[in-house]
Amino acid sequence: MDVFLEQLINGLTIGSFYALIALGYSMVYGILKLINFAHGDFFALGSYVGYTVLVFGSAVITTHFGLWGGLMAAMIIAAVCVAFVGIMVERAAYRPIYPAGRLPAVVSALGASIFIQNTIMVIWGPRYQAYPASLIPNIHIQIGGLHITMLQIVILIMSFMLLGILYWIIQKTTFGAAIRATALDKDTASLMGVDFNKVIFFIFTLGPALGAMTGVMVGMYYRQISFTMGWNYGLKAFTATIMGGIGNLPGAMFGGLILGVLEMFGAAYISAAWKDVFVFLILILVLIFRPTGLFGEKVAEKV
Amino acid sequence: MIEETKRIGMERFFGSYQSMFFITLTMFIIYPFVVSDYYIDVAFFFGIYALLGLSLNIVLGEVGLFDLGHAGFYAIGAYTTAILNTKFGVPILILLPLSAAAAALFAYLVCSPIIHLRGDYLCIVTIGMGEIVRIALINNPFNLTGGPNGVYGIDFPSFGGPFVIDSSIEYYFLIWIVVALSIYGLIRLQNSHIGRAWNYIREDEVAAGASGIDVRHYKLLAFVLGAALAGVAGNIYASKLMCVSPESFTFWESCLMFCIVLIGGMGSIPGVLIGAAFISLFPEIFRPFAMYRMLIFGTVMILMMMFRPGGAWPRKRGGIGFASIFAKKDVTDD
Amino acid sequence: MTDFNPRNAQPVVLETRNLSKVFGGLTAVNAFDAQVHKGEICSLIGPNGAGKTTVFNTVTGIYNPEKGHVIFNGNDITGHKPHHIVSTGIARTFQNIRLFPTMTCLENIMAGQHCRISSGLWSALFKSARQKHEERETRAVAESRIKQIRLWDYRHELAKNMAYGSQRMLEIARALATNPSLLVLDEPSSGLNPKETEDLMEFLTGLIRKEDITILLIEHDMNVVMGISDWVIVMDEGKKIAEGHPEQIYHNPRVIEAYLGSNDR
Repeated sequence: MDVFLEQLINGLTIGSFYALIALGYSMVYGILKLINFAHGDFFALGSYVGYTVLVFGSAVITTHFGLWGGLMAAMIIAAVCVAFVGIMVERAAYRPIYPAGRLPAVVSALGASIFIQNTIMVIWGPRYQAYPASLIPNIHIQIGGLHITMLQIVILIMSFMLLGILYWIIQKTTFGAAIRATALDKDTASLMGVDFNKVIFFIFTLGPALGAMTGVMVGMYYRQISFTMGWNYGLKAFTATIMGGIGNLPGAMFGGLILGVLEMFGAAYISAAWKDVFVFLILILVLIFRPTGLFGEKVAEKV
Repeated sequence: MIEETKRIGMERFFGSYQSMFFITLTMFIIYPFVVSDYYIDVAFFFGIYALLGLSLNIVLGEVGLFDLGHAGFYAIGAYTTAILNTKFGVPILILLPLSAAAAALFAYLVCSPIIHLRGDYLCIVTIGMGEIVRIALINNPFNLTGGPNGVYGIDFPSFGGPFVIDSSIEYYFLIWIVVALSIYGLIRLQNSHIGRAWNYIREDEVAAGASGIDVRHYKLLAFVLGAALAGVAGNIYASKLMCVSPESFTFWESCLMFCIVLIGGMGSIPGVLIGAAFISLFPEIFRPFAMYRMLIFGTVMILMMMFRPGGAWPRKRGGIGFASIFAKKDVTDD
Repeated sequence: MTDFNPRNAQPVVLETRNLSKVFGGLTAVNAFDAQVHKGEICSLIGPNGAGKTTVFNTVTGIYNPEKGHVIFNGNDITGHKPHHIVSTGIARTFQNIRLFPTMTCLENIMAGQHCRISSGLWSALFKSARQKHEERETRAVAESRIKQIRLWDYRHELAKNMAYGSQRMLEIARALATNPSLLVLDEPSSGLNPKETEDLMEFLTGLIRKEDITILLIEHDMNVVMGISDWVIVMDEGKKIAEGHPEQIYHNPRVIEAYLGSNDR
């Protein structure tokens, strides 16, 4: 039972990372039907920016703002920088290509991904970088037989707060409604007065910013970051997006959480080496029986 | 008709597609005799990517199915060759069709239950399939695949006696003869009811079904044929390198194949060759730029899609094209 | 409708028995019974949302009905795949034209012959005699059909570049190229101008006269319905509410009510 709870917490932690990245993925995906391969690299870039802030700016920040201020600064600076990059990428690599259809955009996205990945490599070097240790006091908490660290709790709280805020933005605000409407039907939404360009601007700020913050959290959690790590997380986020149902933002969120939990249970109860196989097999099974994802609407094609 | 006789006249030959074709062919034959082994190997890998591009082009270009796990089929072909050769001593040339068959069978079994999925749902399943294959290879099931290190000591293809393919130049001709044969076969398919059926499905699946095309059957056929060709590529690749390891069959490799097809132009065979040339030769040409070379690579990919979103050499319909070099006049014209 | 009906002398080509199709909670087609006799032009009419297109989609295998049967030439084809139904002899067109946009007109029509081709992968790779023969046959049929709709000069033009009216005719030609015994047309005259509609009516009546074919169509244009139909079936809210000769339908109070709504005075 303790193992179960521990794995559940681990799974939710990783799942919340996936969910945050998947949200950014799904927003772009739902609206442009673009498989945004660069999204995983926004996340990696954010992780590196956060790393730089924490390593080189730590003396300045922590003396003036304390530990939490330092962390917040790292996340916010990473988010702002990467949001800026996100918009640049959209302007340079995606916007000129939308009219040509979605397949050329996939190649362009791959190109953007290669570009960002290699920019990271050129700036920070091809080797692993390590986040500073003991950012968060290394406190172990024991409840019965259950072990959790302070770090885990902090990260869980942070990521779930972010997810909560995002959920609120998407479900309750006018802008969220605009995004959802555009994802459902771009033309009708624009006839109803939704400014498409604003929506694009918004999703390409919010998505990369979220990715960047996740990047900082992943850096804190695993401590080791590499310039290629965006690929794996991007792939998982895409999986979560599809598992939840295309264009369904809460679906992507839950898809990410489910994916993380499945992965951890797969690792604990089956085998760590086969955990991704387990996850993909579940995904394939889900799609065989629910061809439009877990939360996707079952739509009969209009003929 | 007078015009018809003019068409086959010699003056027509120069500056036509035929002349381009024969000049290219001559260059291909002369090339390995004038460059060093290193550049012959570069051209060999160009050939491997051309074959992989052709194989994915069937699924993605002709039928329009998003397959981002094609490296999985490639891996099945390569590992079938590697395992059967090193463990059971089966000759490489016999394994050529066997690898194709193994990859095709795998594609049939895996794709049968998922072939009804649409667009991106199918895409993610193919990604999952590719990843499952790769992870399985790393985990060394039944001690067959050698784990992350892979399988070593694969033989050269031998025709018996002294006729062994063991030099760069011989591999060069092996791969390009296979590519040429594949192109020949694929052009025949493009100009047959099968090629048309694939294109109907790509254009409008529902209308294709309502016009009498067995959508499921033709989609599966595309996957099976595509996988078989990728299996052939895997066989030749394995024997050339003499070893295979899982890192050659990553998701990245599938993405490269995807780019080959789209950079060249969906469903266009000369396009695939251009795309394969770009993917395989570009990193070589830009080697002097060292760590910046992939930066340039990414940028060029974006630029190409910006200026030629339909690909470098899109397939032309009802007009002239690479295909009409081989096609009989009565098929494309009247 | 008890009076003598020469229609009954002809065999039934298509019959639906107790056909029902449900989407979510909405019953689009509800216990629908209908018969189409050989050699006639039968129109299926009704207000928007009456379930006409759903009947078509169920008959042509695009939807699977929840209940009931579709009998074609005495065989139960309920739930068969669309391509199989085409090969048994039902061909259709769509309400919103569905051609293969980036293929040529001729290639579009050649699609119809596909279900008559028996050669497989190896024949195509090695160009067997049978494959060559079938390829010639396919082409010949497609060419005669494109002449029939008078678009011969545009045969190498891409379908997406054709005018709307020509696209409609192309779709009909594609359906005809399957050598169907029953042609199912979903609003063939929608979007056509009066001249084109006139031509279409002439084309369809000519078809019935010259070929061994039966036509079932959905139509909103009453001029077309009254002008060419031998039999009219009226649907409302998923049910058949009336059927008869065009003039009978024209005066049927239930039909008028379905179209104009009752006033409950």
